[in-house]
Amino acid sequence: MAAGLLGIEELSREQIQALLDRGRYYQPMQAQSVKKLDTLRGKTIVNLFFEASTRTRTSFEIAAKRLGADTISISAQGSSLSKGESLVDTLNTLDAMRPDAIVMRHSASGAPHFLARFLPTPIINAGDGTHEHPTQALLDAVTILDHRPALEGLRVAIIGDISHSRVARSNIHLLSKFGVDIVLCGPAPLLPPELVQLAPGITLTTSIEDAVAGADVIMMLRVQLERQHETTFPKGEYFQFYGLRLEHVRLAKPDVLVMHPGPINRGREIASEVADSPRSVILHQVENGVAVRMAVLEQVASGELRN
Amino acid sequence: MPRLLIRGGRVIDPASRHDAAAEVLIEDGRIAAVAPRIDPGGAEILDAGGLIVAPGFIDMHVHLREPGIEHAETIETGSRAAAAGGFTSVCCMPNTIPVNDSATVTSFIVERARRSALVNVFPIGAITKDSAGEQLADIGAMKEAGAIAISDDGQPVMNSRVMRRAMEYARSFGLTVIDHCEDLNLSAGGDIHEGAASVRLGLRGIPGCSEDVMVARDILLSQLTGAKLHVAHISTRNSLAMVRHARQLGIPVTCEATPHHFSLSDADIHDYDSNFKMKPPLRNSCDAVAVADAIAAGVVDAIATDHAPHTGSIKMQEFERCPFGITGLETALGLALEKLVHSGRITLAHMVRLFTTGPAGVLGLQRGTLTPGAAADVTIFSADREWTFDANQSQSKSRNTPFHRRRFRGGPVVTIVAGRVVWDHR
Repeated sequence: MAAGLLGIEELSREQIQALLDRGRYYQPMQAQSVKKLDTLRGKTIVNLFFEASTRTRTSFEIAAKRLGADTISISAQGSSLSKGESLVDTLNTLDAMRPDAIVMRHSASGAPHFLARFLPTPIINAGDGTHEHPTQALLDAVTILDHRPALEGLRVAIIGDISHSRVARSNIHLLSKFGVDIVLCGPAPLLPPELVQLAPGITLTTSIEDAVAGADVIMMLRVQLERQHETTFPKGEYFQFYGLRLEHVRLAKPDVLVMHPGPINRGREIASEVADSPRSVILHQVENGVAVRMAVLEQVASGELRN
Repeated sequence: MPRLLIRGGRVIDPASRHDAAAEVLIEDGRIAAVAPRIDPGGAEILDAGGLIVAPGFIDMHVHLREPGIEHAETIETGSRAAAAGGFTSVCCMPNTIPVNDSATVTSFIVERARRSALVNVFPIGAITKDSAGEQLADIGAMKEAGAIAISDDGQPVMNSRVMRRAMEYARSFGLTVIDHCEDLNLSAGGDIHEGAASVRLGLRGIPGCSEDVMVARDILLSQLTGAKLHVAHISTRNSLAMVRHARQLGIPVTCEATPHHFSLSDADIHDYDSNFKMKPPLRNSCDAVAVADAIAAGVVDAIATDHAPHTGSIKMQEFERCPFGITGLETALGLALEKLVHSGRITLAHMVRLFTTGPAGVLGLQRGTLTPGAAADVTIFSADREWTFDANQSQSKSRNTPFHRRRFRGGPVVTIVAGRVVWDHR
């Protein structure tokens, strides 16, 4: 049990609730004219991104700065990794400079878990391969709670490339711990039957109509063509069968929330009319990202959050 | 030549159906006598009181990494690990650098082993040149140089026509064809067994059927060609069922199982520790049970380790970047005792068969027995001595094992090769 946040799966419901509460506490601050605290003054946060990212990296950097921390962002291209240094050596080198936390994104599933075994510095997982993206699930939960009194009893449809989605995995673990009815939907090759064993309360369907029927929340996933190691589905007809259109939104609850972790592909997994509709809370998710990451950074730096 | 009398042990020699307290006399590197009471007549006495005296164990599937990958293992260090693990003979796979696809490389291995190995080393030649799956290797010449079987282990022949020709040709030389059964298209990109664990960990899956379809193909080719087929490291229920069925049909098919495939499952993978990454991958718990069941039912001919050393730095990476394979020579006997014998699945004599007459029969080796006149390769082990495996004390050059710090009940004690004590744990 080291300080850090590697995934949602390992967290208890109480730990998650504490993060959500703290995230909501930081929400109003985002709209203030002066947005700087000194909670993490004197602390150094390293953002280490081995995979391209704009929103998550920016969001973490802003969150750290609003807490008064010093931050440095490193992308793989500019680091010694391109010189053949191993991941462990790179991290040991950074660690020797005594940062207080390392925020890390990596294309390999489990890369932060692997490093956490060797490094004393807390690691915050900002997305590992096709495994977890814990802060995304936290900010999604805060976004839902902005519109619903509680998570319990909601019906949430997650649609797209479930198999390769770290966003889906983290959301599944979080929502399941709060008793949400989760429907996973996508082309069959991206919907392995073992998904139902991930957590309680999961059903699978290959029909988008069945998935969205009566849903409180529809989470669309990016079609991650860059993660497809092979031909898993006919890409040309994806939108026809799995793209979210207005006719689908009408099958859901009238006050359904349409979510997407971004960046969105208009016309590929979501119709423009849906992305821009009043039901869409996509930009709201981005806004909540900063508040939630402030909560995570604060709890990790204080040693309160461990997994 | 010195004479050695092994006294006080329980002698289990499956070939002669012997299982009783007895003494074993060794003269001139050969077994001279096995009898309840033997006059030492000046022979050196080895006290095996409370221990099992068995024919020397044979591991028919190891990677010794020499030539070419000596930072991970050499014939010398691999043979030390074998001796420490109770093995008197090992058969080394051809995926060295260069690949053992010619009499030159085979001769090099034989010569290196003669000079540096503590145990007998029998090279396995490649099926195809550079194990590229296209041109047949110099199979006959390798046999003359000392190869005892052929295999493209790790780089299985995908082209069924090439495999057919290899089987036809190998049959005419009396060589068994050992196949690492894996459809490389079905398994492409995979890290661990495809199932609940791969889905949970976000690691890419290797479906069980990637093994099964090749086992099916190979059985059909064996039926067509009459060649002796040996399925390496069998790991799935379906593959075991097919081998069993093929044998009922009289097709000359044998198979081996590794200790890790009957001891662990994909549910044991934790912390993205690459010491749980190997091929075939740890299957699900049903498959692991099926392997143990098939061993008990006599479907499996041999226990083989697939000892695959890799240096620490190469295993200390992101899981998906790490190479496949774990070491196994020093933990095989402990695991077999724990999972098969102490659990009540098989008798001690059955376990001894899986390490001796089983592999010897698959390969046609004149080893694995204590009958007078046989080479004096003897494995003396304890069935109940408690010990803990420490990977850092391993005789192998590499440390990639999931069994570090595991407690065992029973393990190797003395290893004798050609009448000479090469390892003594006491």
